[in-house]
Amino acid sequence: MALLSVSGLHKSFSGVSAVDGVSFSAETGELLCLLGPSGCGKTTMLRMLAGLEDPDSGTIEFDDRTMNGLAPQQRGFGLMFQDLALFPHMDVFGNVAFGLRMQKLPSAQVQARVQELLDLVELGGLASRKVHELSGGERQRVALARSLAPAPRLLMLDEPLGSLDRALRESLQNQVRRILKEVGVTSIYVTHDRDEAFTMADRLIFMNHGRIIQTGTPEEAVANPADGFVARTLGFKNVLPGVVIDDGEALKIECSVGLITVPKPPGSGTEKGSEITLLVDESGISMSGIPADKTPDGNLLQGVVIERVFRGDRYEVRVQVGKGELYCHTVAGAASGPAQSGQSVTLAFNLGSVRVFQGGN
Amino acid sequence: MTAGRLLFLLPLVYLAIFFVYPLGSILERSLGGESGFGFDPFKVLLNDSYYLGRIWFTVWQAVISTLLTLAVGLPAAFLFARYEFPGKTLLKAISTLPFVMPTIVVAMGFTALFGSQGIVNSALESMFGLDEPPVRISNSLTIIFMAHAFYNYAIIVRIVSALWSNLDPNLEHSAKVLGAGPFRTFYHVTLPMLLPAIASASLLAFAFSFTSFGVVLVLGGPEFATLEVAIYELTAKLFRLPLAGALSIIQLGFTYFFLLLYSRFQEQSVVRMDLKPREATSRKPVRLWDKVLVIAMVLVLLAMLSPLIALVVRWITFDGGFGTAQMANLFSDERRSYFHLSPVKIIWNSLRFALTTVAISLVVGTIISYFITNARRRWRNMADALVMLPLGVSAVTLGFGYIIALGRPPLDLRGSWLILVIAHSLVAYPFVIRSLLPVLKGMNPNLREAAAVLGASPSKVFLLVELPMIAPALLVGATFAFAVSMGEFGASLILVRAEFTTMPVAIFRFLGLPGASNLGMALGMSVLLMAVVAVGFIAIERFRYKGVGGF
Repeated sequence: MALLSVSGLHKSFSGVSAVDGVSFSAETGELLCLLGPSGCGKTTMLRMLAGLEDPDSGTIEFDDRTMNGLAPQQRGFGLMFQDLALFPHMDVFGNVAFGLRMQKLPSAQVQARVQELLDLVELGGLASRKVHELSGGERQRVALARSLAPAPRLLMLDEPLGSLDRALRESLQNQVRRILKEVGVTSIYVTHDRDEAFTMADRLIFMNHGRIIQTGTPEEAVANPADGFVARTLGFKNVLPGVVIDDGEALKIECSVGLITVPKPPGSGTEKGSEITLLVDESGISMSGIPADKTPDGNLLQGVVIERVFRGDRYEVRVQVGKGELYCHTVAGAASGPAQSGQSVTLAFNLGSVRVFQGGN
Repeated sequence: MTAGRLLFLLPLVYLAIFFVYPLGSILERSLGGESGFGFDPFKVLLNDSYYLGRIWFTVWQAVISTLLTLAVGLPAAFLFARYEFPGKTLLKAISTLPFVMPTIVVAMGFTALFGSQGIVNSALESMFGLDEPPVRISNSLTIIFMAHAFYNYAIIVRIVSALWSNLDPNLEHSAKVLGAGPFRTFYHVTLPMLLPAIASASLLAFAFSFTSFGVVLVLGGPEFATLEVAIYELTAKLFRLPLAGALSIIQLGFTYFFLLLYSRFQEQSVVRMDLKPREATSRKPVRLWDKVLVIAMVLVLLAMLSPLIALVVRWITFDGGFGTAQMANLFSDERRSYFHLSPVKIIWNSLRFALTTVAISLVVGTIISYFITNARRRWRNMADALVMLPLGVSAVTLGFGYIIALGRPPLDLRGSWLILVIAHSLVAYPFVIRSLLPVLKGMNPNLREAAAVLGASPSKVFLLVELPMIAPALLVGATFAFAVSMGEFGASLILVRAEFTTMPVAIFRFLGLPGASNLGMALGMSVLLMAVVAVGFIAIERFRYKGVGGF
């Protein structure tokens, strides 16, 4: 039995469902990342776990006990808000000590525990600072220390680094993960940023429109995204909805960039007329400056370069093909040379880099 | 910048001419005498155990009244700050009514409710078959406290709920998740953050209870005289003007002392916090517990309002005539009405005086608030306490001061309605300051700088950035300024000329005339006053949504 198990959770606000039948579980010490666009129900999900919102239906079980109906202060969970919600009328010490004082610990213990936590987040000397005197990154770490101080059985973090700049966010990501793992607390971390999720997570949960689309390790998800939404969230750029127009020995698919032929995948759902989603790995497309005069097997596409971005080890090239666009990578310093904007090019697919999902998206 | 400095001169000139000068004139008149200014009256007062007793009584009754007011006002402030429910705007408007009602009307309401033949006693007598009225609180301390709480709880509700509705609810949620129950969350998190607003509101409630005059005179009886009543008796009955003047100064001294204590405290309790738009903080009562809470608090509020309700009931059932006859009387026959003024004209008088008062108070109060916010720390507390002083001066004293000082050259305002509006605005602008200062002090200075860097001139910064943020507080101030003017009675009675009769003065005059018909018209005019003020409040509240918007 998992430590946390959520099943069939529903919540709607004035008729619009925010969380629509969500089930998942977490093991002791695990760090889960809840990944999805804003408005997908992540925050509502956390608020229900914390007890700040009552689910319309479904159960939340923790350590074999039902949490439904229990007040937030009775759950022994921690929640770090997106806006941090540090108490402005207390100093750093007062904020971190708050949860401990609520447990009525003797003041010597409170003192020691706060110091321990402040050392952990590397803010040892700032105990008497006022909240408004802190920098953004310091506030984040005070909020983390405050959430961790009462030793919560489950810690939820709602986009805690969302308001920080990229460099600070990246350095804090590693620090937060190190701290969470050091403490060994079971955590649910909400983000909409793929890189952050990859840094933090043991396991990813993809949410969209109030439902869970996929769960798995980052490697599993990248190797096998469940649908176009997950693929896009994972950073794949060539996600093309299409229709099967021939399902003979190979599939002929009509999509925005033209006609593409791929080997028939096992299983059903790719019959003639069905809507599918194509995923083409950027590095699986080769580009040449010579226009092809004929497209014998249907997988040579003509296009015009729109944009080229230098990424150090490669160029990212955006190409207009038919009514759609394709992204591809070319190795910097390749003999063919980088294509210029406006140049006509021919794209060839490596068939191994094309995947077909059932259902349009 | 020089234009800005000049702007700050405006309230100084205003205070010098309309507060310091009249007050100085009347004190000089009463204390000066032939032998010059002397301390003899003070010696007489401080050796007289009666007057020492009055001082002590005035202080402790004000403290208890304020505590009682807080106990009633805070739950209502919570209700209005955190819940959206049908009829909220109307209820909020009605719940501010007591503050506006002239003393005499309130006394009538309390008598109609708790008098020996009042609604409560009649109901209890018939229910339990009693021969004597079981509730006897007329002419007691109890009814003074009740009346003070009744008068002033709207101050708490308005000022505290304005801040409360902008507090980030995630702060409370954080406390809960960290293990604090509802009570400890309130005590450790919500209360400390509300403290500046609570202190502001309590100060006003205290000041009004401390200088209470009409309530004590009409409902309390002679043995419960406050300083204000003692001053009145020395002036009007015993004609011992030097003693009255000395007592006025003592009262003023106490007021200044309390104000100074308060602004010291205020200085320490202000924390810089990020306020949230109220749309993000209020919720509909969806859980059963929330619904029960809202209904219970609405019921308590209605109980609070029962003296006014009793008055309306009395008007409806008056003479078995549903009050319509009196209302018709009021409107039909201009010659029969005492001052040959139609009620429409009287209402129009009250309204335009009130609106002008609001305008003056907003300008003066806003400028002073900015001045105090930007003043050096050393001066801040003193200035803050000084500009609040008009609250500690009795309307009667000020009224006489105006007659003496402003009724002669170089400034002859006798016969002008401006004198009345200025007297009203002196009591009204402190409300603007009290509701504005917490917001100004809590405002993030980066906002101003950000707007300036983006190319906004100081006036644009004010209009586009600061005004929308201080709008809710200004609105609270405006509401009270409106209310103060609509209900002001003491100064109006002394200063008013027949053609400028206001509604409270009209009610007083009706009551002074014999006959059931006049009592009926007084009741009718009181109900009309309630209706006009309620409509005014709702209009001000609506303005928020149309104009500058809610924060």
